[in-house]
Amino acid sequence: MSRLTIITESRAEQTVESIYKDIERRIVASPPGLCPIDLLASFLKMTHAQSCGKCVPCRVGLGKLENMLDLVLDGNADEQTLELIEETAKAVYYSSDCAIGWESANMVLKGLNGFREDFISHINSGRCTFELNQPVPCRSLCPAGVDVPGYIALVHEGRYADAIRLIRKDNPFPLVCGLICEHPCERRCRRTMIDFPVNIRGLKRYAAEHAGDVPVPENGPATGKKVAIVGGGPSGLSAAYYLALMGHEVEVFELRKQLGGMLRYGIPNYRLPRKMLQDEIDVILSTGVKAHTGVEIGKDISLGELKKQFDAVYIAIGAQVDRKLNIEGIDADGIYSAVEILRDIGDDIYPDFTGKNVSVIGGGNVAMDVARTAIRANADKVSVLYRRRQDDMTALEEEVEAAIAEGCEIYDLFAPAKIEKHDDGSIKSVLIQPQIIGEIKGGRPSPNKADKELVEIPTDILIIAVGQGIESKEFEKYGVSVQEGVIASMATAEVRGLGGFYAGGDCVSGPATVIRAIAAGKVAAANIDAYLGFNHLISSDVVVPEARLVDRTPCGRVNMKEKPVHERIDNYDLAELGMSEEEALQESSRCLRCDHFGYGIFKGGRTVQW
Amino acid sequence: MVNLTINGKKISVPEGTTILDAAKKGHIRIPHLCYLKDINDIGACRVCVVEVEGLERLVTACNNVVEEGMVINTDSPLARRVRRMNVKLLLSQHDSNCTLCYRSGNCSLQTLANDLGLRDTLYEKELTLERWNRRFPLIRNANKCIKCMRCIQICDKVQTMNVWDVSNTGGRTTVDVSDNKEIEETNCALCGQCITHCPVGALSERDDVQKVVDALSDDSKVVIVQVAPAVRSAWAEDLGLSSEKATVKRMVAALKSIGFDYVFDTTFTADLTIMEEGSEFLAKLKNAENEKFPLFTSCCPGWVRFIKYEYPEYVGQLSSAKSPQQMFGAITKTYFAEKMGIDPANIFNVSIMPCTAKKYECGVSELQDAGFGPDVDVVLTTRELARLIRAEHIVVEDIPEEEFDSPLGTGSGAGVIFGATGGVMEAALRSVYYIVKGENPDPDMFKSVRGLDGWKEASVVLDGAEVKVAIASGLGNTRKLMDALKRGEVDYHFVEIMAYPGGCAGGGGQPIHDGVEMAGERGQYLYGLDKIDDLRFSHENPEVLQCYKEYFGEPLSDKAHHLLHTDQGRWNLKIEGQ
Repeated sequence: MSRLTIITESRAEQTVESIYKDIERRIVASPPGLCPIDLLASFLKMTHAQSCGKCVPCRVGLGKLENMLDLVLDGNADEQTLELIEETAKAVYYSSDCAIGWESANMVLKGLNGFREDFISHINSGRCTFELNQPVPCRSLCPAGVDVPGYIALVHEGRYADAIRLIRKDNPFPLVCGLICEHPCERRCRRTMIDFPVNIRGLKRYAAEHAGDVPVPENGPATGKKVAIVGGGPSGLSAAYYLALMGHEVEVFELRKQLGGMLRYGIPNYRLPRKMLQDEIDVILSTGVKAHTGVEIGKDISLGELKKQFDAVYIAIGAQVDRKLNIEGIDADGIYSAVEILRDIGDDIYPDFTGKNVSVIGGGNVAMDVARTAIRANADKVSVLYRRRQDDMTALEEEVEAAIAEGCEIYDLFAPAKIEKHDDGSIKSVLIQPQIIGEIKGGRPSPNKADKELVEIPTDILIIAVGQGIESKEFEKYGVSVQEGVIASMATAEVRGLGGFYAGGDCVSGPATVIRAIAAGKVAAANIDAYLGFNHLISSDVVVPEARLVDRTPCGRVNMKEKPVHERIDNYDLAELGMSEEEALQESSRCLRCDHFGYGIFKGGRTVQW
Repeated sequence: MVNLTINGKKISVPEGTTILDAAKKGHIRIPHLCYLKDINDIGACRVCVVEVEGLERLVTACNNVVEEGMVINTDSPLARRVRRMNVKLLLSQHDSNCTLCYRSGNCSLQTLANDLGLRDTLYEKELTLERWNRRFPLIRNANKCIKCMRCIQICDKVQTMNVWDVSNTGGRTTVDVSDNKEIEETNCALCGQCITHCPVGALSERDDVQKVVDALSDDSKVVIVQVAPAVRSAWAEDLGLSSEKATVKRMVAALKSIGFDYVFDTTFTADLTIMEEGSEFLAKLKNAENEKFPLFTSCCPGWVRFIKYEYPEYVGQLSSAKSPQQMFGAITKTYFAEKMGIDPANIFNVSIMPCTAKKYECGVSELQDAGFGPDVDVVLTTRELARLIRAEHIVVEDIPEEEFDSPLGTGSGAGVIFGATGGVMEAALRSVYYIVKGENPDPDMFKSVRGLDGWKEASVVLDGAEVKVAIASGLGNTRKLMDALKRGEVDYHFVEIMAYPGGCAGGGGQPIHDGVEMAGERGQYLYGLDKIDDLRFSHENPEVLQCYKEYFGEPLSDKAHHLLHTDQGRWNLKIEGQ
């Protein structure tokens, strides 16, 4: 008789483990727009199956909740059912012995609180109030609504120029987005149910890099209307592009020396090479858009004058004012904002940090951008100081990983406390206070001061990257309403109370993503066109290939790679490597064509024009 | 060309052909259910699944295109098994009480289940809760619905009304009124296209046959029936009559056998409409500087509902002339009653229409001018007429033909073509030409307005001035025309609109043939009747002329205004009697 045995998983256990993984991925890829009560009921069935069955509330109560949710869904419930659901859920929550029970009940209580109207609607009319559309996930999650399955199919056929034409119907920056888009399209990619999301951004980059020169469509007949765009960033240029195609005369007014906004003055060359950016801007300008650079609103021309000279104005000034950090010693010499550093680089003024210790405060993409820039500026040491955990950083995971690989030291769970100066007033070091990660607030764990001593980080250059705001004084003077630091405009991009004025992009949303800025420009273009009394539709004549009939067997995702560290840290050249043709062909074959298979062929699969 | 093999047969078809069409070319029939060419090719029912060599899972034939070298087996053991299973799954949630269903014998699900030889369903029957206002002219039976989504598609894509949508998700997904509305709250034009494109009995008109049977068995009632022009093109389709037997006169005979006291022809009031509307149009032309153009026809209640909901700013430009149905109702309870010495209170007016919206129109209180309740008491669709004939056990093929009764039984060929798109315009132009020029045109002079194009234009020179006309049929086409008008891209003097693609001939009350659009063929039949008619001008209809002489005086007289016209802006879209 052996006292102990080595535990091995049985075949059944292994299978269950693999199904758990399947379900995890399935939840990640859950389509938007499902009936929340139906989902709740099915989750409840699952959590009930997790019950060991020892205790009454969990063993019996969860089953009763399931039955009652079915009554609601079948239209057989009334107000009393709802009350009983709530009472039962509370009883299970308060009296369960372990989390299996109380967290199940908590889920029901959350639902009762979060979508009560939906319960009522099911009870009263037997129907769900929820926005029940199940469009193609990638397309609907792209703020600009780019026809993702369409261009992936074109890439697969080697029709790169057509892919670019199709993308430009909704987004005039295919190459920029191929390089730096945050790709919300991949978030719920249905392919995840099989294995992993399709590398959509990578395929877009491949198309853009292999398409050659793709001329813009011909502009519509001249309308005689003039539109001014304030701000030559992605949002302003997108609006300009579509308005020009519609036949309007468009002029862009840009404060800085060159066009591009944060694409030039915020994103470093090694992520978005200037030449590529300029090429794409030139494509937009080839529609006949006139650009005036170095023009300051309020100084060189006022909003009032713009309104006089133009029939409509789109304000897309971005959010480029750095947010300050208020700690002792912040007035020391050698402290810069990320915005300043990146702005100079935008005009090709590169810093030289040879022999310097550089510290960066922040955990977003901008912080990573300046940290990686500091490495390339030959800093001795680059430290990223962040008050939460590395996991909590808002920067893309691959950006953080790249920064670490390039030699940045991440000091997570450290809050800047004080700046020590040399006698000459220059910065000597940053004192950082260790933190302990604590309770979860608004979905994010918050850092609290830990019972540990301050740590000193010797620093010659400190770069602050803790968020940005907008410069709105000149606009407020004219009556543009600014609330909570951003321009208050409607979902239609109209500025409330100022006819003919539209606003969008970062100056409305706060610092966000390129693709959201582009989407705002598209919305503004459509609504400005309507305001001017037209109904020009933007479309593309590219015919999307028929969906191929193949088995979609599980296959790994082609991830993007960067150049080896030693080849990239001493220059500002593009760090990310593109896909090979072989990779692009394989990756594009992974697309499930949700525009054809599933709900997409019925509704929401393709918007031919807007 | 793409070369492939289906069931061992080598087939060559153009690129982009679906597997279903390729198979058809090789005389191989792949069963299908939800598919409706160009409208619903969403592969929802999974009945048309076939096996493609090299693929693990089956693919739908209706919406996947052929590829070079494909080897397809449409009847492999797997395909057969799965197809049967999917139909069984559908049946488990379908109220298969075929004996009580009006589509029995004309139901694609029934045919399919029979063809597949299904004898049991394996699964427990799950029916759902029914919620519907049974008094509404359009009835939906949730337990008959197989969620093929055709109604949604036809309403969205062809009629652009978006009345239907998918409701709920998951296992409880069904079709329901869009935006969580009740049907009465929508802009439904009552065009009935969802009914005629439903493969099963989930959608139907409100059945009013019993009301007619009750009236017929009431001795105190004088039951009058009028038959719309388009009905004669389709009345026998559901009765299995050969086209030689399915004559207008045999339809009259069938109605007389049923026991109607008078069998009249709505074509008579179609001619009357031309007299009134044509005169209205000419008066408008004469006073052009003070008038807004175009003038819109008003005989189609689906269109009238549409304009009132969607383009209310144009309601003032609707012709004030009532529809032929309503003119007929008003005349029978006044002129006719007087002439025949019948107490109008005893008249029960039935009309047979190709249309579902007419059921609503007859209930509009503002259209009840004779003073004895509704001018038209009950509207039956062409389908209900066939059911009535069947219920009366009339052996139609054997009964001898009979003539319409007089004095409201004569109609011109111009009135007959009211049942096809462009027909009202053509009839009007024939008479307007006569009134302006003092002589008849060649009756076929305006035939350019015929045909199934959704939006047609023509121009006619009258008295040296160009008169521009347009015709649209189908609400999607109508919307395009209205938007173009609104944007000032087009301008016309006179516009004819019919809510159904192809006009009344393709109406929502006409017999249903799954997957076949009949409007063209039926329209041709009406044009054929016009061609052989001796009487081809509304203004020459002797009974119409007699009616003016004896009763109305002349078009647009006070009496005509009272009984034959209406203030379009005044009446609402509520369904009366709810």
